[in-house]
Order: sequence, then C-alpha cells, then structure tokens
Amino acid sequence: MGLKKYFSDVFQATGSLLKGMRRTGYYFTHHKEIITQQYPDNRDQLNLAERFRGEVVMKHDEHNEHACTGCTACELACPNGTIKIITKFETTPEGKKKKALDTFIYHLELCTMCNLCIEACPTDAIKMAQNFEHSVYDRSELTKRLNKPGSKIREGVE
Amino acid sequence: MFSLEGITNSIHHWLYSTFGSTTALIFEMVIVALLAITLFALLGLILVYMERKVSAYMQIRMGPNRVGPAGLLQTAADTLKLAVKEGLTPNGADKLLFNLAPFMVIIVSMLILAPMAFAKNFQIWDLNIGVLYISAISSLSVVGILMAGWASNNKYSLLGAMRSGAQIVSYELSAGLSILTIIVFSGSLQVSEIIESQRNGWWLFKGHIPALISFVIFIIAVTAETNRAPFDLAEAESELTAGFHTEYSGMRFALFFLAEYVNIFIVCGIGATLFLGGWMPFHIGHWEGFNHIMDYIPSSIWFMGKTFFLIFLIMWFRWTFPRLRIDQLLNLEWKYLLPISMVNLLLATLVAILGWHF
Repeated sequence: MGLKKYFSDVFQATGSLLKGMRRTGYYFTHHKEIITQQYPDNRDQLNLAERFRGEVVMKHDEHNEHACTGCTACELACPNGTIKIITKFETTPEGKKKKALDTFIYHLELCTMCNLCIEACPTDAIKMAQNFEHSVYDRSELTKRLNKPGSKIREGVE
Repeated sequence: MFSLEGITNSIHHWLYSTFGSTTALIFEMVIVALLAITLFALLGLILVYMERKVSAYMQIRMGPNRVGPAGLLQTAADTLKLAVKEGLTPNGADKLLFNLAPFMVIIVSMLILAPMAFAKNFQIWDLNIGVLYISAISSLSVVGILMAGWASNNKYSLLGAMRSGAQIVSYELSAGLSILTIIVFSGSLQVSEIIESQRNGWWLFKGHIPALISFVIFIIAVTAETNRAPFDLAEAESELTAGFHTEYSGMRFALFFLAEYVNIFIVCGIGATLFLGGWMPFHIGHWEGFNHIMDYIPSSIWFMGKTFFLIFLIMWFRWTFPRLRIDQLLNLEWKYLLPISMVNLLLATLVAILGWHF
C-alpha cells in the first residue's frame, strides 16, 4: 500500500485506540456511574421495573373480587403444565347453571416465567408480580392457589 | 530516609562477621531465594486483586467486595481453593512434560529477577550484560508453553500453544529492537549503568521522539509477549477454553496463573528500568531544589510506583480493546511494528551520534 496510507492508518488506529481508552478511563475514575446494586443490603430501596416477571398472581380488588372466568386459556397456553384450573358449576340468581372458577392451582416450582399465560388471558385477570425471592424449605409451599378464599368474579367481566 | 540497602548491608556485615565466608554466602543465597519466593507470592495476591478491581471499575461495576474488607482476602480464598483442587492428568498425556511445563514457566520468571534493580544498590546480580541476559531468558518462556500444549494430549491445547508460540516469537523482535534503542542512548548493557545514565532525567524524556516511539512499541510488544490484553488468543477465555493450559487444574494451573501475573510485573519492571529510570527519582536536568525534594522519596517506592503504573496501563489495555485475530496479530507485528522499530533504531542511532538528545 502507499506510504501515505500506511502512516494515515497508523495515526488513525492510534487515535481510535486512545478514544477507547478515554472512555474506560472515564468509567474508572467516575464511581458514580457504577450500576451494581448491593443486593441483600438494599432490599428497602429496591425498585424493579413494571415489566419484571416474578411470579404469577391474580388481581383482586378491594371487595375481594377477581376477573377470572375459568376459561382455561392460560392453562392451554402454558408450555409445561404449570397451571391447573378446577371449575365448578354455579347456579346464577336466575336459575341458570354457569361455569365458574373453583381453584386456580399454580405450580411455582415448574413455572418458567415466560409470560404466555398473561398474554393468553382474555379478561386481564392475572399479572406478573415483582418479587423474586421464592426460596422455601418445604416444597409443598410452592404449589399455590391463586384465587383468594371467599373471592368471586366481579360483575360485568363475563 | 528509609532505604533497603541499609538493611541488606547490615545483614551482609552480620553474616560475614559471624560465620565463615562460604557459610555466609550460602546463607545469603538462601535468604535471596526465600525473598524471591515471597515476592512471587505477594505479587500474585496483589496483582490478581488489582486486576479484578481495575477491570470491575472500568466495566461500571464493583469488584470483589465481600470477602474481607473491600474484598482484600479474595485472592487468599482463591489460592486456597486452587490448592485443594484435584490436579488431574489427562489420559494419554506425556507425564514428564505435563508436570514439568508449569515449573519451566515459573523458573524463567524467577531467573529474570536476578538483574532487576528494585531499589538503590538492591540488585541480586549486576552482570555487565544484564539487558542481554533478560532478553535471552525471556525467550525461554515459549518452551514452557509449547511443552504444556503438546503434553496435554488435546488438539485444542496444541493449537493454542502453537498460536502462542508464533505470537511470542514474533513480538520478541520488536521488543528487542525497542530495548536496543535505549541501549544505543545509554551505551551500556549493564542495568545499573543504564539507571545511572538517567540521573538527570528519564530516557523517555531525554530521548524525545525515538524513545517515545520505542516506548509505545515496547508496551505493545510486551503485552503480546505475556499473552495479555488484546493479544490473548492463546488463552482466549471464551474461545479456546484456556488454550494451552486447558487441561491443567489445581496447583499446576495456579502456577501458570501466577507465572502470567508475575511476567507482567517483570516486563513492566524492565520497561520502568529502561524508559522510566528504574529507581531514579524524577529529576529535571539541573534543577537542584526540585531534584532534592524528589530525592526524599525512597528509591524502592519510585521503582514500585513506576512499575505499577505500567501494570495499570497494561490492564487498561485489556479491558478496553477487543481481541485480535491471529492473522491481524501477526500482520500488526510484521508489517507495522517491526519496520517502524527498525527505522526508529536508525533514527535513535543518528540522534545519539549527533548528540541531539538531552
């Protein structure tokens, strides 16, 4: 290659190398930029994003009512059978028999937090919570029932 | 002021007055050997911790900070772990070479310690061809690496060792030529005389352009020599597992690991001696007042400060630049570094003959 290009290559290379070093040098000297969070000590100030996928929970409002109709769309969408829906037949005030949710069984030990069940739900009844500390000493505590005792479906959801 | 030569002198006098001259000499040799081993151990601890902390802060994170105050005991924990790990010899490995390779690498590092001057009058062996000795012994490190790669009975280790061998042998040329530039300026191969010639200023400043160019080439070449920084193809952690030392575990791996960090210290020590004045304080020409103040800082602190500055520079390189491919690496050496260092040597000779340096 020509002599001019040879030297311009060398100078260009040196310039870009020094630019890179300036960036890392900046990070080395400016400790405010550190993004590591000192985990066990900062539990009080932890602020996770809204879209963080912790575990699946069912939304209940202040009257202890949820929006789950027992349609089992989430059970069908789940890739590894984490959700099991048990339905029962209820008689409405008019006397008709309608299907309603009895128990929403959720196996936390199997869940991969893939979010497919939440996407599948037509009534927006379940969501992902923001906690990630799921360790327990007894495995049976990981099989959860998501609908709270004494709760029923909210009027107007169906 | 505190000086190491005071301690060595008093020990020397005490030994020679208490025992016969042969016994005293043997005692002195034993003491020096123990000091060298202690230095290695300390350096291993300090440099590994420094690397982890420096790399962490450059990557906007904190390094080890749980084991001991500010993570200071982390390396001790790591050393304990390596010591109790199982040292597995792979099936079909050449047992003699496999076991010998880590020791070869450590022995080379220890041999280079001999002519290095850590403080004023604090050299193990001030031989009159000091720099030639250093250059020659550092070439022997290739043997240890090739032994490790071959004896592992592993295609990928062999490949890593061959790449490393090619890299080290090529970059030795540029490193040698840049060392020669300083030899041309100072006129002597003896380490103490080179340091003495920097009494009125370090060669990096006195030798202006040729010394600056050869300093830059020297730093690049020794980063490649020690398989570090952007030139760590041989042990590319994410590519060849660990290259030539893949099959090593436990204490043998610890020796390779230690040898790598000690090699960095040694080549930075050589760079500090040749370009930055060794243990000489920062003097400017004949400014008596300034020079006098600089003299108050002990010479060992000057030497260590300069060496650790160069070590920091090399660590900075590692965590800034992406890795070079083997062909880019050899390209850099043979087409850029070698011609430039040859022309630079001619330039330095011209400057030295005409007396155009300070």
